[in-house]
Amino acid sequence: MNAATVPEAAFLIASLLFIFGLKRLSSPRSARSGNQLAAIGMALALGGAFLLPNMGHFGWILLAILIGTVPGWLLAKRVKMTAMPQMVSLFNGMGGACALFISLGEWLGGVSAGRDLGRVLPMLLGIVFGSISFTGSLVAFAKLQGLISEKPHRWPWQKTGNALLAAVILASSAAAASSQNEIWILLPAAAALLLGVAQVLPIGGADMPVVISVLNSCTGLAAAVTGFAMHNMSMIIAGTLVGAAGSLLTVLMCQAMNRSLARVIFGSFGLAPAGAAAAPGDQSMREIAAAECAIMMAYARKVIIVPGYGLAVAQAQHLVHELDQALEKRGVEVKYAVHPVAGRMPGHMNVLLAEANVPYPKLLDMEEINPEFDQADVALIIGANDVVNPAARTDVASPIYGMPILNADKAKNVVVIKRGSGAGFAGIENALFYNPKTRMLFGDAKKALQDLVTEVKAL
Amino acid sequence: MSVGTLGMIYIFILAIFTGVEVISRVPTILHTPLMSGANAIHGIVLIGGVILLGTAGQSKVLCVLGFIAVILGTLNVVGGFVVTDRMLEMFKAKPPAKTSQDK
Repeated sequence: MNAATVPEAAFLIASLLFIFGLKRLSSPRSARSGNQLAAIGMALALGGAFLLPNMGHFGWILLAILIGTVPGWLLAKRVKMTAMPQMVSLFNGMGGACALFISLGEWLGGVSAGRDLGRVLPMLLGIVFGSISFTGSLVAFAKLQGLISEKPHRWPWQKTGNALLAAVILASSAAAASSQNEIWILLPAAAALLLGVAQVLPIGGADMPVVISVLNSCTGLAAAVTGFAMHNMSMIIAGTLVGAAGSLLTVLMCQAMNRSLARVIFGSFGLAPAGAAAAPGDQSMREIAAAECAIMMAYARKVIIVPGYGLAVAQAQHLVHELDQALEKRGVEVKYAVHPVAGRMPGHMNVLLAEANVPYPKLLDMEEINPEFDQADVALIIGANDVVNPAARTDVASPIYGMPILNADKAKNVVVIKRGSGAGFAGIENALFYNPKTRMLFGDAKKALQDLVTEVKAL
Repeated sequence: MSVGTLGMIYIFILAIFTGVEVISRVPTILHTPLMSGANAIHGIVLIGGVILLGTAGQSKVLCVLGFIAVILGTLNVVGGFVVTDRMLEMFKAKPPAKTSQDK
């Protein structure tokens, strides 16, 4: 038995735990145990690394782990459920940066020993993938956190510029690989860091979930190639698993949102804002006051609430539940219509409403709730837009044509709580807002719901 | 135990198929937690950081790079698993996902 047997065994078991963990994560009942299984695997792999031969600096390693654990734990524990997606993006960026630093270290420390392709290529890939997911994730985080505008940022020669950056990465990588001076490696790293920013900035807020998912698999790949460079099997397996599963997840998400991945990444969305705005003509939206809306709902038999992205932003999920309870007390039947991509990400809305203690059976999927809309007296749409846009059914020219939507327009009355009269994140006008049976309740979702709760309770 | 580059490529390819196969039937409501869980798993780069720092020897540059890498990797691992666990906590003590059939 040589010195590496125990750590190698630990890495092997860890890899198995990652596979089982991921498997369990894809079913609601076993998901939590799957995550815990994977966490145990991670602890095991970490223990294995400590037992590898020729290791030192244990004090420093423990110190660094401590420095990382405290903020990681606090951030993860304190973050609001609504801010979850950007937090995932932030942690993802940290992983990418980690791969970047490791690959840089490998390059500076050992590349002169031998320059065969099997060592040089994974290091270069680790640097490029790691850099892109590092800065890309930070930009996604900043956008979702509201630090920079969620609107797509555009500048002239955008695509040419990105293609040029990619070419610079390739050329400088080749230069670094053939140069005797190791410091050349900083050139492709810098170009890749820049590309991460340039690639994500032009993408709008609504497409961020897809972007985060892509960057997630990008970090997975970075971890895998770093494993190649270090000859570590558990890194190759875990990284590749995430890279592959993340890619499939990206495709599934795009299907749920009826977007093509290429369109999200290379951004042709909203390329023709001039043509898209033509739809509603000179019709106007009609407003409703909170008091009137409260009366309408309090005397209804059935109300269907359509929660959307705006609800998540305003963090008003608890208030929705309060309104729901106040209405039920008056004998109104209240149900929730959850579109598969409502909220920030697919499944996000379910998590938010579950957090607010809305009973699970009241949350209905699109297929279940759609036939019920024509029996509903009021459809209350809170901060949702594209998922109720009838253009998806009728307008072949619309960018969202073909996306399955909630048939909110079939309800007898429609009330839309919306921050302003502008178009949604996809930048598409919504004919539902101009429908004669639709009334608009303008304002922040939290404020508007607070008013509604007060009014309903006062009746 | 050591496998050569070709062996690593075999493992890489098999892991791709495993990754796709394992999550191929995930329901939409689990997309977010699954992404978050996968995010925690690629925190495995932490191991690379630990090995880099642990074998850095006298090199100051490698020590600094390794030290930073371990901090970043730990953030990814700890944050990733804890956030995922918080999300999945919401799913407990609820009736199983298929509530529509029994009405």
